[in-house]
Amino acid sequence: MEDFLSEFPELSRETLRFIKKGFDASYRAFSREYGDAIEAVFDPVLYFLVWFEKLLQNSPWPIVLICFLAVIYFGSRKISVTIGSLFAFLLIGIFGMWEDTMSTVSIIGVCTMLSIGIGIPVGVLMAKSERAQRICTPILDVMQTMPSFVYLIPVVMLLGIGKIPGLLAVVIYAIPPIIRLTNLGIREVDREVLEAADAFGANPRQKLFQVQLPLALPTIFAGINQTIMMALAMVVIASMIGVKGLGQPVLKAITNQYFAMGLFNGLAIVALAIIFDRVSQSFGHRIQQHRSGSRE
Amino acid sequence: MSEIKIQIKNLYKIFGKNPESALEQVKDGVNKDELLEKHNHVLGLKDINLDIKEKSIQVVMGLSGSGKSTLIRHINRLIEPTDGSVVVDGEDVLKMNDENLRNFRRTKTAMVFQRFALLPHKTVLENTMFGLHIQNIDEKDANTRARRWIDRVGLSGYEEKYPQHLSGGMQQRVGLARALTNDGEILLMDEAFSALDPLIRKDMQDILLELQDELHKTVVFITHDLDEALKIGDRIAILKDGIMDQEGIPADILLSPKTQYVKDFVEDVNRARVIKAKHIMSKLNGQDRDNAMFVDQDDFIDRFIDKVISDKPNCLIIKNKNNDEIGYLSTKRLSEILKR
Ligand SMILES: Nc1ncnc2c1ncn2[C@@H]1O[C@H](COP(=O)(O)OP(=O)(O)O)[C@@H](O)[C@H]1O
Ligand SMILES: [Mg+2]
Repeated sequence: MEDFLSEFPELSRETLRFIKKGFDASYRAFSREYGDAIEAVFDPVLYFLVWFEKLLQNSPWPIVLICFLAVIYFGSRKISVTIGSLFAFLLIGIFGMWEDTMSTVSIIGVCTMLSIGIGIPVGVLMAKSERAQRICTPILDVMQTMPSFVYLIPVVMLLGIGKIPGLLAVVIYAIPPIIRLTNLGIREVDREVLEAADAFGANPRQKLFQVQLPLALPTIFAGINQTIMMALAMVVIASMIGVKGLGQPVLKAITNQYFAMGLFNGLAIVALAIIFDRVSQSFGHRIQQHRSGSRE
Repeated sequence: MSEIKIQIKNLYKIFGKNPESALEQVKDGVNKDELLEKHNHVLGLKDINLDIKEKSIQVVMGLSGSGKSTLIRHINRLIEPTDGSVVVDGEDVLKMNDENLRNFRRTKTAMVFQRFALLPHKTVLENTMFGLHIQNIDEKDANTRARRWIDRVGLSGYEEKYPQHLSGGMQQRVGLARALTNDGEILLMDEAFSALDPLIRKDMQDILLELQDELHKTVVFITHDLDEALKIGDRIAILKDGIMDQEGIPADILLSPKTQYVKDFVEDVNRARVIKAKHIMSKLNGQDRDNAMFVDQDDFIDRFIDKVISDKPNCLIIKNKNNDEIGYLSTKRLSEILKR
C-alpha cells in the first residue's frame, strides 16, 4: 500500500521499451518505404532553395546589398530603417558573416513563402468549416507547445540530414501563427459587411477574394510577421541537422565555448530579425493606413 | 390599383436547435416568452401575412427585437423561414436554387444597412460599383453608372475617398448609391437612417422621397421611429414580438389603432403634421358647400389649419393635382380628429 502511494504505478520497463521500440520500428519502416518518395516531392523546393542561396552568395555583394536596400525601402518607406539596415549589413560583411547571412536569408525567405502558401489556404479552410477548425486547433496547439528539438527527430528519421529536413522543421515550427491569424482575421470580418456581399449576390469565391481576405489582410500580416520571427528563431536549431547559415557558427561556438563567435553570429541574427520585423510591420501598417484616409 | 410585388404568406421563423418541433408549439398558441423559457427557442416571426404593392414604400415598424430585421431578410432570403412563403413577381423565392437566388439578388433587389456595411478597403467609387463587379459588368460601364448615382446622392468629388474618411450621413449616401447603382426594382432598407443624427436623418429621408418620386421602386423600409414611418410610408406594418399587430395607411394607424401597443406608439404624435387631407376626406355627394375652402389632397393638416382658423370656412373641398374636386371634409370632423 505504501509503495503504491509513493511510487506512481508505472508500466514495467520491459513494456515501455517494447512500446517505444515498436513505435520507432514502425516509423522507421514507414520512412524506409516512403522516405524517397517524400524526398522527391520536395525536390523542386530544394532546387529553388539552392538556386536562391547560390544567387545571393555568388552575385557581387554590392548588387545584392543594393537589392536588399531597395526591397527594404519600398517595403517600409522609411529612410531610417533603410540606413540602419545598410549599417547592419556592412558590419555583418566586415565581420566575415556575409555568406552565412545569405544562407540564412535564403532559407528564411523560402520558409516564409512556403508558410504563406500553405498557411493561408489552411487558415481559410478553418474559417469556412467548423469541422476543419475543430480538427486543426489541437494540432496547432501541439505544434506550438512541442519543444522545437522534438520536430527534428521524425524529420531526420524520414529524410536524413540536410537542407530539406531543416526547411521542413522550420516550416512546421513557424507556420502556426499564420494559420491561426488567417482564420481569426476571416472570422472577425464584420457580419453586416458579409451580409451585404450576400445581399448583392456574391458567390463564395467573390466573397472570399473581394471581402474576406482583403478585410483580414492586416491580421494575416501580423501572422506573417510572427511566422518570420519564429523561422529565424528556429534557424539555429535547424543548423543541428545541417542547415547552413548563421546557426552553424553559433552551434560551434556553444560546443567549443567561443563566446565572441557566438555573440557576433547571434547579433547578426538579431539584426536580421529587426530588419524583417520593421519592414513587414510598416508594410502591414501601410495597407491599413490607406483605409483610414484618402488615397495618396 | 397597382400590382402586388412582394407577397409574404403565413411566414414563421423560429431560431433554435429544433425549429420544426417548436413550430408546432407556436401554432398551438405558445407565445414568445413561454417559447424561450420552456423550449429554449426564439420566436422570430409568427404568421406574417403582408402584400407589398409595386412602386410603393412599405414601412415595417416595431421596437428593437420585434423581428423587423428578420422579416426584411426573408425577402431576399438572407434568412430561411421555418414555414410559409415569399413570392416576388409571382416567383417563389424559397424555391430558387443557389444560382437563381444569386441572380435574383443581383438584379431584382438591393439592400441598405443600418451600419452602412461598406468595404473599408475600397473607395467610394469602388464601393458603389460593388454590385456591378459582382455581376461582372465591364469596368467602363460600371464606372459610368456608379458615378451617375454618386452624383445623384450628392457625393461628387468624394469618389476617391475611403469610407472612414466620411461622416455617417455621407457613408450612408454611399450605401444608398451602391444600392441604386444595382438598379433593382426592390430596395430593402433595414433601419437605414437610424444611426444618423436627427438633422442628417431628415436630409436622407428627403433624398429618399425625392428619388422615389422619380424612380418608383418598391421600397421596404424598416424603422423603430414612428415619425419616420409616418413621413416615409405609403403603408405601415407594425410588429410586436414577431407578430404583426396592424397594417394600413398612416392615417388609419393613427386614427384607429387596434392594439394597446399601437396606441402607445401613436399617442404623442402631432396629428396635424402627419395626416394629409386625402387621408380624412369623405366622398363628395352634394354636401352643403357654402363658404368652402379648397385644399390640395397631399397637404398635411398643419399646412391649412391656420387658414381654417382665420377664414372660418364651413367646409373643405379636397382637390387633386389636376385640380379636380375629389373629396369633402367638414370642419366638425377636422376638429374631432385634432382633439383626440
Ligand atoms: N440568429 C439568431 N439566433 C437567435 N435569435 C435571433 C437570431 N436573429 C434574431 N434573433 C432574435 O429574433 C428576434 C427578432 O430579432 P430582429 O429581427 O433582429 O429584431 P429587430 O430588427 O426588430 O430589432 C429577437 O428576439 C432576436 O434576439
Ligand atoms: Mg434590426
